[in-house]
Amino acid sequence: MKITRKEFLKISGACLVALSGKNVLAVLDSPVKSQTSSPSARKQLGMIVDTRKCAKAKGCTKCIEACNKAHNVPSFQDPAHQIKWIWERPFVDLFSSYETQYMETSLKEESTPVLCNHCDNPPCVRVCPTGATWKREEDGIVMMDWHRCIGCRYCMAACPYGARSFNWVDPRPHIENLNPDFPTRTRGVVEKCTFCSERLVKGQLPACVEVCPEKALVFGDLNDPKSEIRQMLAKDYTLRRRPELGTGPNVFYLV
Amino acid sequence: MFMLEKAMVGGRRYWIWVGALLAVIAIAFGFYLHQLSYGLGLTGMSRDVSWGLYIGQFTFMVGVAASAVMVVLPYYLHSHKEFARMTILGEFLAVASVTMCMLFVMIDMGKPMRLFNIFLYPQFHSVMFWDVVALSGYLVLNITITLVTLHAEQQDVHPPGWIKLVILLSIPWAISIHTVTGFLYAGLPGRMAWRTAIMAPRFLASAFAAGPALLILLCFLLRRQTGFDVGRKAIHGLAVIVTYAMVINVFFIAMEFFTAMYSRVPGLTEDFQDLYLGTVSHTSLLPWGRSSMILMAAALVLLLVPALRRNEKTLAVACALVFSSLWIDKGVCMVVGGFIPSPLGTATRYVPTVPEVIITLGVWAVGALMVTVFYKIALSVEIAKETSYVPAYEFARTGGAIGLQAHASSSVVAPGSSATGQAKEEVSERGKQE
Repeated sequence: MKITRKEFLKISGACLVALSGKNVLAVLDSPVKSQTSSPSARKQLGMIVDTRKCAKAKGCTKCIEACNKAHNVPSFQDPAHQIKWIWERPFVDLFSSYETQYMETSLKEESTPVLCNHCDNPPCVRVCPTGATWKREEDGIVMMDWHRCIGCRYCMAACPYGARSFNWVDPRPHIENLNPDFPTRTRGVVEKCTFCSERLVKGQLPACVEVCPEKALVFGDLNDPKSEIRQMLAKDYTLRRRPELGTGPNVFYLV
Repeated sequence: MFMLEKAMVGGRRYWIWVGALLAVIAIAFGFYLHQLSYGLGLTGMSRDVSWGLYIGQFTFMVGVAASAVMVVLPYYLHSHKEFARMTILGEFLAVASVTMCMLFVMIDMGKPMRLFNIFLYPQFHSVMFWDVVALSGYLVLNITITLVTLHAEQQDVHPPGWIKLVILLSIPWAISIHTVTGFLYAGLPGRMAWRTAIMAPRFLASAFAAGPALLILLCFLLRRQTGFDVGRKAIHGLAVIVTYAMVINVFFIAMEFFTAMYSRVPGLTEDFQDLYLGTVSHTSLLPWGRSSMILMAAALVLLLVPALRRNEKTLAVACALVFSSLWIDKGVCMVVGGFIPSPLGTATRYVPTVPEVIITLGVWAVGALMVTVFYKIALSVEIAKETSYVPAYEFARTGGAIGLQAHASSSVVAPGSSATGQAKEEVSERGKQE
């Protein structure tokens, strides 16, 4: 069999052109569907965490407890197996680039709520091979289908915020107070915060927002200029976690 | 069917080996069933290090699979006749390693029974979807190529013309499987250790060193066990390829090291500090990272000195060093290192559990069994031609059993004997069709 190098290059070139068709380029370029068509007509739900108010109630974990109870989040002693929807971490773990050596330890260690950022351009959605996680068009929530997830955990590798948890073992025996109104999960699937989509349809606020005694969590539509969240964002400097990655996180921290 | 009957004949040692592999597979399968019912919590993976040994092995084996191109390309595009007897071995190795890749991905899945969701709801924006497409395509290509060429050889006829197109397609396809696997990591915004444009090139360089190194070792083993000799020139040619690839691989690592350590951007330096310097967190990676570096350096010395490379004993050592250093580099350090630190700044220790290691060994045993069976088939076809005075068609009927038994007792054809020499010329006809 005889084929010259030139011929081979021609064939491979043709293959490349065929591969890099318009669709492939479009996929690489477009962020997520909901972004491309008239964003103003849709909602983008988001949240402000007022860390100053939050700090007033030292040791308060009401938001975490309310979430865990509402969503049948199991509790594991082994940190490897823990499932977290909303949890707390020292402030500098969230915003390591704002850490200075002169800060007081109490400030560095100030416990701060962490949850899914429901990004404008979520990497988890981009990488999911089955569409088990997607950005909902009407309100921008990054949703999860526990019946479609194949448990490949690519989304966990992709999420720059550590917002996703995997059910390493059967979670059901580890649920403290079973809430019969919310589904439990099975081993082998990924889960995370969904901004309480099940409560929103009933016209309720997310469980964490509702329960916070300091009203430190403000929830609302970022596409509505008249919303409380937008008014607050207009008046104050806020931080978002790792905005330089271009994910467009929709959870803001007021410091 | 598929000439599998040829693998059903063999001597005592052959059956002991096959039996041992089957035993390992059976034990590992038992552990896998346990993992299936208990969950992936059986492994050492965690919320922070959510991929471990399984995905590391997957990544490494994609490289071994892709490296078949290093014998196919010189043989078919440059008419590099020396590789005639080795090409089929490389292609079979690719089939076995792609199968291993798929198994590693499957055992890593939380819900393997939902595997077909990937095809039911294809997501064109997911690199993993494209990786599945690339790997399955590569498997189909290589199965087709090996079956058709071997069948033609058995019948002593030229392979059909269309197979050349398939072989040509398999060359860029081999590059694509490891490129896409590189994209799997390099495309993630938050993982600094992975998000480097050199990821796919580095994957390819290390693959083209590790895969051919394994092939050389397999060829040595074959010659010792069966007397089948691919020829000194072929081994030497492949050794040169290993050398170039290894040098390029180490060069790429040096590029990454410089960029990280001179710029001193913390997100970049953390990975190197953790793997090689041990100046930050104390995860379990440091001994792995360091041993990989030392083995790589030793391999380079043995490969770069011409006298040592030409000496088969030192070449075998060099190949073992190349393979093991890159296995550590890609199979352990690359994947686990990417998860340290976690997005919230924790350095979580990852140590694979005993069941995890046994299940991994099980997949390796599947690969070894496939290689054994495939090579047995390939050799029985090739050796049947050279040792026999019986016309080829008769061999087709008897399944080449005569040649096989002769070789199972491993004494008929001495390495490099004139019989093999003749056969070499005969086999290299494959390269000159037309």
